[in-house]
Amino acid sequence: MPITYTSGEQVEVYRFSAPVTVGVPLLALFLQAFVPLRFPFFSIFDLPLLVTIFFAMARRNPVSGLLTGALIGLIQDALTHRAIGLYGIAKTVVGFGASSMGAKLDAENAGARFLLTLGFYLLHSAVYFTVARGMVSLTLDWSWSRGVLAGLANAAVGVALYFVLDRFKQRT
Amino acid sequence: METVLGRYRNLIILVGVLFLQVLGLAVQVKRTSDAESTRLIRVWAVGTITPLERGLVWGQTYIGNLWHNYFYLRGVRAENRQLKEQIDQLRLEQVRLNQDAEQAHRLQALLSFKQRYISKTVAAQVIGSSGSDQSRSVYIDKGVSDGIEQGMAVLTADGVVGKVLTVFPSTSLVLLINDQSSGVGAILEKSRVQGVLRGTPNGEVMLERVMSDEQVAPGETLLTSGGDQIFPKGLPLGRVAKVAGTDSGLFLNVKVKPAANLGRLEEVLVVLARQEHQATAEGTGRVRTVDIMAQRLPSVPDKPAVSAGSAGSGVPRTAANDGAATTTGKPQSPTGVKPQTSAPFVRPKPIESDATKPQGSISMTGVANKPATNPASGVTSAAPPKTVTAAPGKPAISRPKTVTPATGTPASEDDSH
Repeated sequence: MPITYTSGEQVEVYRFSAPVTVGVPLLALFLQAFVPLRFPFFSIFDLPLLVTIFFAMARRNPVSGLLTGALIGLIQDALTHRAIGLYGIAKTVVGFGASSMGAKLDAENAGARFLLTLGFYLLHSAVYFTVARGMVSLTLDWSWSRGVLAGLANAAVGVALYFVLDRFKQRT
Repeated sequence: METVLGRYRNLIILVGVLFLQVLGLAVQVKRTSDAESTRLIRVWAVGTITPLERGLVWGQTYIGNLWHNYFYLRGVRAENRQLKEQIDQLRLEQVRLNQDAEQAHRLQALLSFKQRYISKTVAAQVIGSSGSDQSRSVYIDKGVSDGIEQGMAVLTADGVVGKVLTVFPSTSLVLLINDQSSGVGAILEKSRVQGVLRGTPNGEVMLERVMSDEQVAPGETLLTSGGDQIFPKGLPLGRVAKVAGTDSGLFLNVKVKPAANLGRLEEVLVVLARQEHQATAEGTGRVRTVDIMAQRLPSVPDKPAVSAGSAGSGVPRTAANDGAATTTGKPQSPTGVKPQTSAPFVRPKPIESDATKPQGSISMTGVANKPATNPASGVTSAAPPKTVTAAPGKPAISRPKTVTPATGTPASEDDSH
């Protein structure tokens, strides 16, 4: 039974096997927690976010996209000492947005993927920042330069990562 | 109705999921401690991720050990020789340090400091991080089963790392000192200025609550003050990197470079237990205000010839006898020295050659011990007594100061006012 719900006709809808659906997000969360210990600069990347965007754009289904984002975000929250829901809310919004955009745009070429990832990274940061400051009263410094640079880095890595993950796509 | 629900189905689900998460956040924020309300989710998440990390770290360590212990042995013989030489040097150094440490302990006892010692630690391996710049914390491979508890201090050989925040069955979450929610009581080594060490949102470490009129120099070492009741006193925290004023002008912005490399943590020590004891000593008489004031007044310069039996200004004052001004009170905790019962006028024991024995003290009740004197130089020995009476709630009177008597004149027998 394919995990697809979209009715889009011009765009291709993909599904993924269960091991990939579970394993890739877990691997992303694991790498996000483990690699910065050895390479501190790696913390600039947000692999769980890139995986959320990829699955949402490939499935092109807003509900599965937002649920994927919510689950990945909540697990990411649980690994921190902050309140659970900060990453959850941000990735829910991104998952919904990415799947909606994926249903309307051709997100198969590198340029579109790069721009979409950059945009969703900034959206994710903005939502996180708003919720963290507004609800949890965290003191966060918003820096446009750092945000855009990190967004560009994530977009570059994201494009490469998406081409690797494309191998796991299964046509419906 | 069905048409509306069908048309806006995705949006309704989005709003519903967001609402649930916002509600959950609100509940956590409302509660003062959200650790219990979300513990199950955290245990599941940590239980899913950390076994992978633990396995990878184990594999990495195993391969590393295999390579270094069995294959890559180049230069081991030369290194062994160097290490043996180093051990010899360190042994000599250790003897000197032991003497210094004993002296320091005696002086602290004189000042009736409440001392805390690290008595039990456990080594732990860092297996993962939180994966977020907004939560500067790491996971270690020791948990409840290893005796780890919440709030325990975590150190490396270089300095303080943080404290245990959450404990799981076989892992623990350690909050680093550069997280913005952490705080460590700190004191500058030379200027003795105290403050609170806090992390910033971008991962820097700042010393807060330092008034702008204090003198803080870049490069100065920062130590734990022990005031937070978590970190033992005197552990290295870092060095002052930059000093600047704040906008308000009341406080200084002191940027600190942490002593421990928080970005590359591999192995840490968790302080499981601390030994605590209070300095005790023999009790004598009561303290009078005039005695305290007299001790605090500047001393009169020595006269060349002072009779041994004269009272008052002729008494050679030393760090030992200054600090050893005994006061009345029961010992607050045992240190292996049997406390004496309170006696207003107790004649002290005669001078003994053993440095650990009381050698020079001025009793606030009018009894004075003779200070030990170095016959060669005539300098009064600063060797303090091993124990000292500290009356509960009353500070031991001390003013480290060494006066050189002309001929090693013994202390007066009576210092009463």
